[in-house]
Amino acid sequence: MRTSLRLIPSFYRGIQNVTNTCAVERCMRDAPVARLTHSRLFAHKVQEKEIPLEDKKLDDLIQKAEASPPPAIEPIDIDKPRFPGSRSEWTEKLEFLMPEAYPGIPVYRVMDRKGLIRDAAQEPKLDEPTLVKMYQKMTLLNYMDRILYESQRQGRISFYMTHFGEEGILIGSAAGLDDKDLAYVQYREAGVLMWRGFTLDQFMNQCYGNEEDLGKGKQMPVHYGSKELAFVTVSSPLATQMPQAVGSAYAYKRAQNGQIVICYFGDGAASEGDAHAAFNFSATLDCPIIFFCRNNGYAISTPTSQQFRGDGIASRGPGYGIPTIRVDGNDTLAIYNVTKAARDISLQQNRPVLIEAMTYRIGHHSTSDDSSAYRSVDEVKHWDKEDNPIARFRRYITQKGYWNDEKETQWKDQAKKQVMQAFQRAEHKKKPSPEELFNDVYDELPWHLQKQRKEMMDFVRSNPEHYPLKEHAKMGAA
Amino acid sequence: MIVKRGLRSVLYALRTDARYASTRFTFVPEVAPDEYGPTTKLNLFQSINSAMDVALSTDKTAIIFGEDVAFGGVFRATINLQEKYGKDRVFNTPLCEQGIAGFGIGVAAAGSTAIAEIQFADYIFPAFDQLVNEAAKYRYRSGDQFDSGSLTVRSPYGAVGHGALYHSQSPEAYFAHTAGLKVVIPRGPIQAKGLLLSCIRDKNPCVFFEPKILYRSAVENVPSGDYTVPLGKADILRKGTDVTVVGYGTQIHVLKEVADMAQEKLGVSCEVIDLQTILPWDAQAVCESVVKTGRLLVSHEAPLTNGFASEIASYVQKECFLNLEAPIERVCGWDTPFPHSMEAFYLPDKWRCLDAVKRLSKY
Repeated sequence: MRTSLRLIPSFYRGIQNVTNTCAVERCMRDAPVARLTHSRLFAHKVQEKEIPLEDKKLDDLIQKAEASPPPAIEPIDIDKPRFPGSRSEWTEKLEFLMPEAYPGIPVYRVMDRKGLIRDAAQEPKLDEPTLVKMYQKMTLLNYMDRILYESQRQGRISFYMTHFGEEGILIGSAAGLDDKDLAYVQYREAGVLMWRGFTLDQFMNQCYGNEEDLGKGKQMPVHYGSKELAFVTVSSPLATQMPQAVGSAYAYKRAQNGQIVICYFGDGAASEGDAHAAFNFSATLDCPIIFFCRNNGYAISTPTSQQFRGDGIASRGPGYGIPTIRVDGNDTLAIYNVTKAARDISLQQNRPVLIEAMTYRIGHHSTSDDSSAYRSVDEVKHWDKEDNPIARFRRYITQKGYWNDEKETQWKDQAKKQVMQAFQRAEHKKKPSPEELFNDVYDELPWHLQKQRKEMMDFVRSNPEHYPLKEHAKMGAA
Repeated sequence: MIVKRGLRSVLYALRTDARYASTRFTFVPEVAPDEYGPTTKLNLFQSINSAMDVALSTDKTAIIFGEDVAFGGVFRATINLQEKYGKDRVFNTPLCEQGIAGFGIGVAAAGSTAIAEIQFADYIFPAFDQLVNEAAKYRYRSGDQFDSGSLTVRSPYGAVGHGALYHSQSPEAYFAHTAGLKVVIPRGPIQAKGLLLSCIRDKNPCVFFEPKILYRSAVENVPSGDYTVPLGKADILRKGTDVTVVGYGTQIHVLKEVADMAQEKLGVSCEVIDLQTILPWDAQAVCESVVKTGRLLVSHEAPLTNGFASEIASYVQKECFLNLEAPIERVCGWDTPFPHSMEAFYLPDKWRCLDAVKRLSKY
């Protein structure tokens, strides 16, 4: 039926003009093919059940069916396929499109592993303060990861996920955006927030779920969010942020606010149905969005060979009609370039762009995972030592004369100190008051939640010995 | 499968619902309160259309989207809206429910008003994750930094006479178990317009189910202007003293008839309550009534086990224990998928409900 809507234009126009009459009554009247088929069904029934011929209604139906002219045959002047669903030419060769027959989409890079620029024309003209800021944010993220990872090992926070090996992706792409562009992320993208000015205290408060956490202690650690920094709060279900990001991009397009939306996700999340939904919606609805895939080789223990058989995620882009590029995720300058260029396309043409950044997850998936159970330590070492985004970027800025060993030592001490101090401050803050658990379910507390809140508070007040009240801010009156 | 579904959708718009409806219940038009202003005679799909017309004209950020909504929708609910408001405000999406819900959440998170359509409530399940894990928890998990409050998902709902498994379902109980959502079901055109406008403007994500058997068969004089009916409030449609009868959607019309029959055949006076909002539901109205009558019948088309009647029954049992004169009766669909040829035997029709009223009054 859907197909015939497109095949028979007059039939389709008929539907559009309908006001009060039922669409299909109209369809049936305007579409001889459909009516004929329908009537034949009835005629068949007549035969089968041997209904007497004096049944006038049935008789009418049969007569109408017989009176319907068959579809007219139009002269074919141009021998071209006219199917509404594609823009093809004919071929007389029986030939399947074999994915193996095509080389992989190339990986764009600006500098090599030694930090040397390969093509001077591709070097982004970033000034010294920007480059130093990029390096400092990458390393600060790295220090924060080390401290929080260890603190989880000591049982001080419940959970953590590091960004080892993906720092360049995060800082490079964040620098290529406007800070007000709305970012939807998966969970391994704290670097974007860090670039935009989320403070170490804010990171730590979230991981501790203390009363100064912007998320009010509701979510697991690393589920950051900041309205002020246009960074939509992380949630655990994978890929759900993808169609949401498209919806926001559509709203941004209508608002004409000069901003785009960026949506980060991993190679594993790209297997979710929501990823398919997002790619397709963004293309058909012309949305200014960058899809940024971090292809780091693993989804927890699952290597990409068990995740997909095509040429990574990038090869899917053209299938959806999305401009696409693959980039070296350990080359921060290349990441910066493609993000900036993608932003231009997206904003100017109101269309999605897909970036696939190739990288390697150096750390464990999370603190609940021991990755040596499914991959070799040597493999990890190779990426950590031989192809690390931070090391590469440091070589580049050192060659430019913007950085040296002395600055490195100074910065290291300063960064570590900052992280440790924020860590201790967060650890000593109280957790939210227990009744906070009822807030923000709705904009206002409905009757049943008011009732349950009172019940909880009354019970806790009568049985304080069973609850960790000392760790929490005091309960209010209720 | 896609073609099949498309075909079915269109076929469903074709069938005259009234033919089936007449055997099950009689729709008696209501009179809108005077303060809502002048009225026009509209059926349910036209009143839904009128609500969206008002919503789009009063809120420039509001958009409507879903499968086949651009040409007016398979049930005609969005007719003429694209012509009036433009292709960027009323548009078709690809055929993908999780995408529709996710897209709507994103529109809402960016501060615009999203009115999404899921073609049949039966097909809302691919969007379940987006609605339950995402829309419902958006405000809570972000500490009120982000929310999806300006999202409304509307969907045709309930039995239609011949809809079988996938054009008949009543999935409200699945959503009623989800903190953060509001679930609303109107009983007729006047309520539908006011409740839908409330949903669209409410600052929480709302799921709005439209009893599709009423789309054409229910006709009332609907206020033409802008008005809202409050969410979370039940409507006491008929005062009574012996039995409290609670339902929502199409079942209200069955229950109204049951009240008439109970009076006539049994001399039993029923108080009929339309819940209107399933979550959060108006327990106060129901309990006040049960305190008075001492007996409760809850009825819905959805299956019995874990249907919303269970929540009502257990809550009322706790709150009105000393007032109850008989065990609470639940007359619901059976715990089976919704059948095609056997629909008449599946539905909690007036005869089954009347029998329950009899049991309650004789206990």
